[in-house]
Amino acid sequence: MAEKVRISVTVNGVQHTSEVEPRQLLVHYLRETLGLTGTHIGCDTSQCGACVVHVDGQAVKSCTVFAVQVDGSSLTTIEGLAKDGHYHPVQEGFWEKHGLQCGFCTPGMIMAAVDLLKKNPNPSEGEIRHALEGNLCRCTGYQNIVLAIQYAAAKLRGEPVTGAVADD
Amino acid sequence: MYTAPFTYHRAQSLSEALQMLQQNPEAKLLAGGHSLIPAMKLRLATPPALIDISRVPELRGIRREGNTLVIGAATTYYEIESSELVRQSIPALPEAIEQIGDPMVRNKGTIGGSLAHADPAADLPAVVLVLDAKLKIQGPGGARLVDVDSFFQGMFTTAVGPGEILTEVHVPLPQGVARMAYEKFPHPASRYAVVGVAVAIGPNGVRAALTGAGDHAVRLSKLEQALSGQPLNAQSIEAACQNLVDAGELMGDHNFSAEYRAHLVDVLAKRALLRLV
Amino acid sequence: MADVTKMVGKAIKRREDPKLIQGRGTFIDDIKLPGMLHAAVVRSPYAHAKIKRIDVSRALAHPGVVAVFTGEDMMDINPMPAAWQAGGVKSNAVTPRALAVGKVTHVGDGVALVVAEDRYTARDAVELVEVEYEPLPAVVDARKATEPGAPLIHEAAPNNICMEWECGSKEKADAAIASAEVVVKEEIINQRLIPTPMETRGCVARYDAATGEFTLWMTSQAPHVHRLLLTAFVFGIPETKLRCIAPNVGGGFGQKIFCYADYAFTMWAARRLGRPVKYVEERSENYKASTHGRDHVTEVEIAGTRDGKVTGLRVKTWANLGGYFSTIAGGIPTTLYGRIITGVYKIPAAHVKVWGVYTNTAMVDAYRGAGRPEASYLIERMMDRFAAEIGMDPAEVRRRNFIQPQDFPYDNGLGMLPYDSGNYEPALNKALQMVGYENFRKEQAEARKQGRYLGLGISSYVEICGVAPSAWIGAVGQGWGAGLFESANVRVHLTGKVVVTTGSLPHGQGVETTFAQIVADELGVPYEDVTIEWGDTLAAPFGYGTYGSRSLAVGGTAVHKSVQKIKEKAKIIAAHMLEAAPEDMVFENGKAYVKGSPDKAKTLAEIALQASLAYSLPPGVEPFLDETTYYDPPNCTFPFGTHIAIVEVDAETGKVELRRYVAVDDVGNIINPLIVEGQLHGGIAQGVAQALYEHGYYDEDGELRSSNLLEYAVPTAAMLPRYELDHTVTPSPVNPMGVKGAGEAGTIASAQAVMNAVIDALSPFGIKHLQMPATPERVWRAIQNSRQMRQAAD
Repeated sequence: MAEKVRISVTVNGVQHTSEVEPRQLLVHYLRETLGLTGTHIGCDTSQCGACVVHVDGQAVKSCTVFAVQVDGSSLTTIEGLAKDGHYHPVQEGFWEKHGLQCGFCTPGMIMAAVDLLKKNPNPSEGEIRHALEGNLCRCTGYQNIVLAIQYAAAKLRGEPVTGAVADD
Repeated sequence: MYTAPFTYHRAQSLSEALQMLQQNPEAKLLAGGHSLIPAMKLRLATPPALIDISRVPELRGIRREGNTLVIGAATTYYEIESSELVRQSIPALPEAIEQIGDPMVRNKGTIGGSLAHADPAADLPAVVLVLDAKLKIQGPGGARLVDVDSFFQGMFTTAVGPGEILTEVHVPLPQGVARMAYEKFPHPASRYAVVGVAVAIGPNGVRAALTGAGDHAVRLSKLEQALSGQPLNAQSIEAACQNLVDAGELMGDHNFSAEYRAHLVDVLAKRALLRLV
Repeated sequence: MADVTKMVGKAIKRREDPKLIQGRGTFIDDIKLPGMLHAAVVRSPYAHAKIKRIDVSRALAHPGVVAVFTGEDMMDINPMPAAWQAGGVKSNAVTPRALAVGKVTHVGDGVALVVAEDRYTARDAVELVEVEYEPLPAVVDARKATEPGAPLIHEAAPNNICMEWECGSKEKADAAIASAEVVVKEEIINQRLIPTPMETRGCVARYDAATGEFTLWMTSQAPHVHRLLLTAFVFGIPETKLRCIAPNVGGGFGQKIFCYADYAFTMWAARRLGRPVKYVEERSENYKASTHGRDHVTEVEIAGTRDGKVTGLRVKTWANLGGYFSTIAGGIPTTLYGRIITGVYKIPAAHVKVWGVYTNTAMVDAYRGAGRPEASYLIERMMDRFAAEIGMDPAEVRRRNFIQPQDFPYDNGLGMLPYDSGNYEPALNKALQMVGYENFRKEQAEARKQGRYLGLGISSYVEICGVAPSAWIGAVGQGWGAGLFESANVRVHLTGKVVVTTGSLPHGQGVETTFAQIVADELGVPYEDVTIEWGDTLAAPFGYGTYGSRSLAVGGTAVHKSVQKIKEKAKIIAAHMLEAAPEDMVFENGKAYVKGSPDKAKTLAEIALQASLAYSLPPGVEPFLDETTYYDPPNCTFPFGTHIAIVEVDAETGKVELRRYVAVDDVGNIINPLIVEGQLHGGIAQGVAQALYEHGYYDEDGELRSSNLLEYAVPTAAMLPRYELDHTVTPSPVNPMGVKGAGEAGTIASAQAVMNAVIDALSPFGIKHLQMPATPERVWRAIQNSRQMRQAAD
């Protein structure tokens, strides 16, 4: 076993110092060492996006980063997204628009959507779909995810939004 | 999902990185890790040591030096995609980069990582080939500037030798805006290029390059010659984009045979060129 | 008295969501027990091979490795059970053992188990187990596997045929085809799919040596069934010695119904080692070793008249079962396929013959729709082939053959229970109207002149939901060997809060929300006061779980019935409190009162308090409001509808673009439209994926070439369209709520809508049929062939 390396990271505002094996993936560090199991693993080839977290404000696939690489970084996981008991507008959008079913892809999907809206506050439907190419959902067929992100985008822009209504 | 064990070394400077490479000749360089780590997770790659160069300042950033755009090798796709300087000087480059992987891949993946890894299905090799780029390679004995045409040498093989590091990508900037287009036929699952064709109009005519279909990215010399001295219009393009490559030289699998890929080369080359007319 | 606001029928957002959107769900890999070990499996790289020797010594010596086991170590437990055998149908079922013994029959077959202190070490040690194989020739195609000279996979199954099955009348079908004006013959392949729930399968087993009791946390759609099968059949221990718990389950689509080797070896290892053991598949393992779906090769003939009446259908299907027989594999290509093969049409003569065949591939069992998508694809593709052959509009051919409203309940003559209710033409007409059928045909003709290829595909479907009636599905001859009723317990606690435990096992379907809507309305209590519990065999009454779109029609009805019993008892207690006669009581909007005197009412909370304190109850009445129902419906339900896809084919690349997707579904009464739409969206996505993208592909040597998500094309958001939905509503007479089910309808309807559209687009090239998926190269080749043939003809 390779020698462990000391890392120091801030996750959801809390600082952690840990000794990690260099090969430990960030997703395993978050889930197993820190107990933040909201970040999921859905594949072994970096395709599915269930593991997306933010590292220094950027969405990354935590299954494709070693924990040692984020030494000194500030991370946000799904558990840290709501602030002061209020859901992030993207979380709210997913709830209002039935953007999830089994909920397994949802944390990664939400974290990817937050990154998108930071970079593009007013995305078209096509831009949203393109931006989700790294996140697989097997339940929803994506339409309500798109609606959820549009809801969040409108809310973040300060526009009025409507809640849960069936689409027909 | 679980890589083999390795030792981890983080370089703070280029000289330290070179030194580490000297001491760990079997080591792999780690920048964005988005080519290397997936291969390690499947245990297709089992390097005994990794040297993390993502924080080496000399490898970061985008700047203009005269008529050359200089991109540090550890600059991420996203940094290039969102760079005002790049958008103004080579607007087609961000457009091409937006077709790579997905946003998370582009947030971490680096230009140097992609080029030095030389995956036969990567997008950027075709793009830098038509941009007539030069690659700066630093070794223990100093730096050299390699012409892109001699950079890609085979599957996962480039001009970067043992103990060397790709440090910068130099893209010549023509007068005004560089005219380039990249057409990609993505694999529906991996999103890598089944076939990707890049074309650019340079001072010496059309440059065209192909990725995805062979064992490494190559210039489409047949196309370049067919268009040499020709006016670029729908007719000349249609006439030129016929049987550009021989299927026998291409890779094939159960989804995309070599014959089909050869056909796609013609179609994508045509479509890319038509965007420049 | 004013009605309280009704919840049923409202698009209310799901109560399941708050924890899931915060990452606070508990999925299988989130479970961590003190002292827990991690298991990893050594899997066969060969499709078919004898195991000559296994040397575990190097793995065992690896630091952190606790134990390494092989199949020989686990001979004290039985192979996995198969429901089909219990059904009394003749079959040559060979089921997997916890680990392979003597030989392997597919790539990914488990050969040895490594148990270590952490998951990285376990995986490292897998590489250190040395297995010597003697490779054998492999066969992956079901029809080829039955041909002379094919490699024999199991001695017990000559010619690799596990089972033969038929339904309908061969004589009638033969006669209809022999005398028909028009006969169209086709070979139709329904390709292998890999279900791909985003959470892979897994489990955590704990054994308490003091009591001899196991606890198994598992990714399960049916924990009670798993408990029964693992104890009574695999371990031979009392059922009460195992508690099965399904935490949040990250999608199932059928794959999490079955009894898998890993549940057994994890339990076995936990008992042997005296420590909890966790096993969670990696995605590549899920692809190689968990069940796949579909994989039929079919020869079909459809017969009819020149004026569009279909008179006969003859079907021969080779259904690929994989390297072993999975839990309910026998029931899928038979009962749920053959018995509904004539779809929404009155076809007077039909016969279906099915061979279930072993091959050197992963096991095949139910995947979303399970048999019905294969049946619906077959008939809808053939209706289009027939329409094209006689030169009639495909919508018109459908109209001329629909089962009519007055025909219900309708017996299709194939041994299916009678279709409960239906009115097929309005759904077709509505879909045609939504899509602008007449205009589209004009646009299509115009586009063709410009060398653009548009196509429209119609799929009118009927399916079987609420698969249940035990007297039918469990009967000898159906091959399921089990009833399929569902249970619900409803309790009103003394605080007036209502707790429902259900045998259903929601994993995305929103059952907590819909069941609470039903209970809130029926009992007249606030929706927030109703709690739905599920997933733990210790807490919930015995139930069969969630699959076959049965949660609402069967499980929901069980809830509904328990609530009625609660109301009856509440009336009796309220009558006692009001010194009235029970038969004079009314229960309405959460209150019981004497008919005509609603102002002197007792609320449910008051009644529950009385029932719980129990110091003053009418004679013979037990304390507490607590009622259980085991609901076994008299029939299945039969949702239906019409889906229409519009595609454009890029003739240069062969790429198909799905431009519009319109769906008109009739799922009976709707409890929560938001959830129904979500189910339909996801269902449609999986059918579209079959038509255009997905293929679980084995090469001839039995290597799975689509062995992970780099190769297997689960569609992304950019690869799927926006769905345009509408409904008709034909309530089911089968259950009191008039509901049918919506979980699989989208998948059952969609693949053929897309394929019919693709082939419609390609009709100018004379292309009559293409196999799925319509990948760019396959479409391009079909166009090339057609051009070459025309050139040759000129």
